[in-house]
Amino acid sequence: MSIKISVTVNGVKHTDRVEPRLLLVHYLRDTLRLTGTHVGCDTSNCGACTIHVNGKATKSCTMLAVQADKARITTIEGLAKDDKMHPLQEGFKECHGLQCGFCTPGIIMTAADLLQHNPKPSEEEIRLALEGNYCRCTGYHNIVKAIQFAADTMKATKKPRKEVVL
Amino acid sequence: MSTNGYIGKSVKRVEDKRFITGMGRYTDDIILPQQTYASFVRSPYAHAKILSVDISAAKAMPGVVAIYTGADVADVNGVPCGWQVNFKNGDTMKEPKHPLLVADKARHTGDAVAIVIAESQAEAVDAAQAVNVEYEELPCVVNASEAVRAGAPLVHQEVPNNICYDWTLGNPIADVDAAIYGAAHVTSLEFINQRLVPNAIEPRSYNSSYEVSTDKYTLYTSTQNPHLIRLLMCAFVLGIPEHKVRVVGPDVGGGFGSKIYHYTEEALLTWCTRKIKRPVKWTETRSEAFQTDAHGRDHITKADMGFDADGKIVALRVKTYANLGAYLSTFSTCIPTYLHGTLLQGLYTTPKINIEVTAVFTHTTAVDAYRGAGRPEATYLLERLIDLAAHEMNVDPVELRFKNFIPPFDGVTQPGYQTQVALQYDSGNYEGVLKKGLEMLGYENFRKEQKEAANNGKLLGVGFSTYIEACGIAPSAVVGSLGARAGLYEVGQVRVQPTGKVSVYTGSHSHGQGHETTFAQVVADKLGISMDDVEIVHGDSEAVAFGMGTYGSRSLAVGGSAIIKSIEKIIEKGKKIAAHKLEANADDIEFASGKFTVKGTDKSVGFGDVALTAYVPHHYPAGLEPGLDFSSFYDPANFTYPFGCHIAVVEVEKETGKVKLKRFVSVDDVGNVINPMIVEGQIHGGVVQGIGQALYEGAVYDNNGQLTNGSYMDYCMPRADDIPMIETAGQVTPCPHNPLGVKGAGEAGAIGSTPAVVNAVIDALWSGGHKVRDIRMPLTSERVWQAMKN
Repeated sequence: MSIKISVTVNGVKHTDRVEPRLLLVHYLRDTLRLTGTHVGCDTSNCGACTIHVNGKATKSCTMLAVQADKARITTIEGLAKDDKMHPLQEGFKECHGLQCGFCTPGIIMTAADLLQHNPKPSEEEIRLALEGNYCRCTGYHNIVKAIQFAADTMKATKKPRKEVVL
Repeated sequence: MSTNGYIGKSVKRVEDKRFITGMGRYTDDIILPQQTYASFVRSPYAHAKILSVDISAAKAMPGVVAIYTGADVADVNGVPCGWQVNFKNGDTMKEPKHPLLVADKARHTGDAVAIVIAESQAEAVDAAQAVNVEYEELPCVVNASEAVRAGAPLVHQEVPNNICYDWTLGNPIADVDAAIYGAAHVTSLEFINQRLVPNAIEPRSYNSSYEVSTDKYTLYTSTQNPHLIRLLMCAFVLGIPEHKVRVVGPDVGGGFGSKIYHYTEEALLTWCTRKIKRPVKWTETRSEAFQTDAHGRDHITKADMGFDADGKIVALRVKTYANLGAYLSTFSTCIPTYLHGTLLQGLYTTPKINIEVTAVFTHTTAVDAYRGAGRPEATYLLERLIDLAAHEMNVDPVELRFKNFIPPFDGVTQPGYQTQVALQYDSGNYEGVLKKGLEMLGYENFRKEQKEAANNGKLLGVGFSTYIEACGIAPSAVVGSLGARAGLYEVGQVRVQPTGKVSVYTGSHSHGQGHETTFAQVVADKLGISMDDVEIVHGDSEAVAFGMGTYGSRSLAVGGSAIIKSIEKIIEKGKKIAAHKLEANADDIEFASGKFTVKGTDKSVGFGDVALTAYVPHHYPAGLEPGLDFSSFYDPANFTYPFGCHIAVVEVEKETGKVKLKRFVSVDDVGNVINPMIVEGQIHGGVVQGIGQALYEGAVYDNNGQLTNGSYMDYCMPRADDIPMIETAGQVTPCPHNPLGVKGAGEAGAIGSTPAVVNAVIDALWSGGHKVRDIRMPLTSERVWQAMKN
């Protein structure tokens, strides 16, 4: 049995028939071959699979693909626009906010959500916002700096979340 | 060779772009034509007889391609152990077979009984659940000191008392006993260095394929050392000619040791792909990772440190039970011995040291190297003892360390320091790092603050840890004499292309360390060219001639040195070509800043011109081969010995025992530094893993051998909001025996930090009058609270 879904991923509309049990993360990785979104655990704790669903950071391993029907999704691959990096991507490079890179897409997507509704977060607010993401390489030090760097460089204006399109 | 200024600069990483845009390519990202997927049937019991395995129902499930059980691979060798440690009496260690699938008995939860291969991952999982295994559960043992007792359940029938080996190192035990007996003060401690789960965020993943027409295999694997996997799998397990196998370690999402080893699944998938003639892929679930990735630490230790009346250490005596788990992992046997016992000199002049290690099989997941591997255990032991001794003798822990430090030596004008436990330190200035750490901390002020806090009913504490480690692994002849079954050199090939662009092939493997940047900095500087003109290639046995991989903080010290050797050959040949072009004698040519110049003149030719001439040799020195491409093996003369000082400041909440880490100061001397940003990043990550051991982490087996915290819901690791900013600083004491003067930085953080945090908590409790000697790690609120109450 399969169910038809239509999703807009990084601005491109996709229509596919999927098994009802297919997780959104596997739809993105295996069907659409957007492999920047990663799977690091099976309990929704690591955050490596974080994407944006209708503008909000979401762990794509906690959602079925069928639940994403008609949703607007942004993955790490859709964050840069016309080859121009998102300030968070710049920040992670500038501040050495990544080592192995496996958790990085999820952390960047989480941070992008944070900066949408809190453009100037304190160190503590950044650390709390990352409570759903594990990084085993960096000790978080440079991740915090990278997000601060992005906050400083973004001309972010506080907008209601639903209006923000990444 | 002059430089154009990359070395020593925090150059931004060239590899970052692909990772921050989602274009990294990890093994699980790869799907091959005709791909099949595997799922394992694993034992839910720690110890059980396998009475029967019925695959009939599973075979009929949709999408199933093949199912294999232990009986199918009974004739295939098991995975080997790479290091032979002998019993004290000279007998060879016990080395029971580690089969690809078990047929008779399961020896830990997660032991693989069958592999199911299907058209999709979901179908493989479904069918694996339909495999019907009948088990007879047997009594098990999970604790190393219990496993050696008479009557304990045996993990392997052929291994009496579950003892893999017993081993000793250092001065004669009678001498050490006498020195301890005669000491003015003896600090004794029995403690557990608990079992940790490495938890690289990328789960292990393998994809093995076989091409019938060429009889060739390709294995994509999340490994730290592709060539080593190829060698072990081909020569020891499957008996496939090595040249018929390509092993690729693409982007790897962290390793911390756990991806060094040759795992059964790598060999089994390769065996399976030959059978079904289609690619087979398997990516472990996190739950499987907890049960099957090699764990770390798990020592039970009793140690006595004796002091004379002046506070000088007179002797150290150590007895350790090391839990190796159910099977020997690739390097498991050398961790509690040659990477632990050999480090017990620490930074101190202790004249008499003896260690005994009993390595034990239990019904648990295999234990092997995890970031630091043996050296964190040695450091924990020493630094807990010396801090506790300071409390007991009512002296300052800093003064006690200064009193016992080995004096500074550069290893050039002064000889290296010969320890009592086999090693010769290369160079060191141990006082220097502690002094710097104290300045950063503001030690005198801190003690005042601590007193005030105590007066106000608050528990503030500071903990010190001064560590040394043996890295740059390793001189082949030395490790060979100690039982290693491999050499530990590294390979570096430098290929100058006709246009002067440079491709470098290294046997080191980056899984987060940033080799594509650091190595390129070195090469660009040494050749006087732009970093943009250098590419670093690693991780593919077909591209790189050979290599031993990345672990033991060895990549730059050993792998970088191999590259330097090749660069020297390039320059030497380049001089001959340049001399011909400039009509001079090769001896009169000097190379600097990308130019070959006739000494004392302004006649010169650029590196690019020389490269082109090497490939278009129309006007060329007679007898000289065309081309500019050299490969070198570098076998280090000694280990390298980074060292440092870690200081933790904590506050303990009296009412709850909750530990708040307020500051962490880290001064690390890793020799010369190529990229300070990357080195600091390594320190941050290591420090936080070490803090994790002190405060949060630890695998917990119950008496039935069940891992009770085998998921991210249950196994606690540091999160961003648990950790303060890490205050780092460096000191540079160059390594005297490798061309870059580098020592290695990957493990330092995890080696030094754990005892600093525990010592800080103990210090906080003493400041409030709680004379607590030890608290079992991880220092949960409950344990700290209990310690205060008792």
